[in-house]
Amino acid sequence: MVAIVGALVMPVMLCGILLYGLFKRVNVFDVFLEGVMDGGKTAVSILPALMALVLSVTLLKESGALNVMVKVLDPVSTRLGIPPEISPLTLLCPISGSGALSMYREILNTYGVDNIVERTASVIMCSTETTFYAVAIYFGGINIKEIRYTLPAALTADFTSFVVSSFLVRLIYG
Amino acid sequence: MMNYIWAGMLVFSFISAAFFGNMQEMSDGIVKAAEDSIEIVLELGGILMLWSGVMAVAKEAGLMDKIARLLSPVIRIVFPKVEPKSETASLISMNITANLLGLGSAATPLGIKAMEKLYEEGGRKRYATDEMIRFVVINTAALKVIPTTIAMFRQEAGAKVPMDILPASLFASGASLLSGLLMAAVLSKIFRPKGE
Repeated sequence: MVAIVGALVMPVMLCGILLYGLFKRVNVFDVFLEGVMDGGKTAVSILPALMALVLSVTLLKESGALNVMVKVLDPVSTRLGIPPEISPLTLLCPISGSGALSMYREILNTYGVDNIVERTASVIMCSTETTFYAVAIYFGGINIKEIRYTLPAALTADFTSFVVSSFLVRLIYG
Repeated sequence: MMNYIWAGMLVFSFISAAFFGNMQEMSDGIVKAAEDSIEIVLELGGILMLWSGVMAVAKEAGLMDKIARLLSPVIRIVFPKVEPKSETASLISMNITANLLGLGSAATPLGIKAMEKLYEEGGRKRYATDEMIRFVVINTAALKVIPTTIAMFRQEAGAKVPMDILPASLFASGASLLSGLLMAAVLSKIFRPKGE
């Protein structure tokens, strides 16, 4: 059921828009090609900011710096009611989407499903995006470096998600 | 600010690598990062180009205006400076819609386009405007109605009802979004753009 609904949304959106275009007598093929060209320019403009981000995240991981940050933040997250098993995940969530996803799958493998640890991890994965990545590509595309208070505001949202997710899972399923 | 955060991350990595004896890993990491970022741009670029094409059709057919009208109450509250009938409003609406449906790969291209429009209509300032920041915060809070990806992972792993985390995830993303916007509202009073 989940898989069917999930698989339906994208194809329906794609075909729906194209059919509507035909219905409105739009030259869908030509217009599509123009749009693609335009998207290509945007993709290129994102590259520099993205490379800067990927470099810093990869080096934090490979150098062992990320482990240090996890250890430092561990007591804090425990005090906030975040299960210690997933505190590394909360650190990874805002900075690396692929990293968070692979750690999430590891949590699924290690702890199984339908328990507090797994549910908390799942809810966190559902309610956060990769903040640094979003900031890098959204501001990178328009080449803005003075991002003012973006990071504190966006990280507040992430932080709230971690704490509220942990609390709610304990409350509802605990 | 990005200056210090970015350089700080790299220097901190170097010190950690020296301390833990991970210099070879860090060295390999530098090469890997260069390759990875090209790979991500190719991946993201492909999907970005595809949806740019589809959205061009939607725009030409007048579908974007319809969707903008649908979400115009939201736009009016969160983005008071954005003209409710403009293309910017449609792009923001489409981005929010795609996010709600759990279509991250469609939402990102729309969001990038929306940022371009916010930039053009905001007077091409060299700093981030309050509207841009609010928009990015909405995107990082990940409000979605159907968390398809995670539900699929849970199903694969054998969860009895993969979607049963929905109430918690809806509430958590709602709280996250509100707190982010609230924080943005407070900070926008403190961090005035320089030289304005």
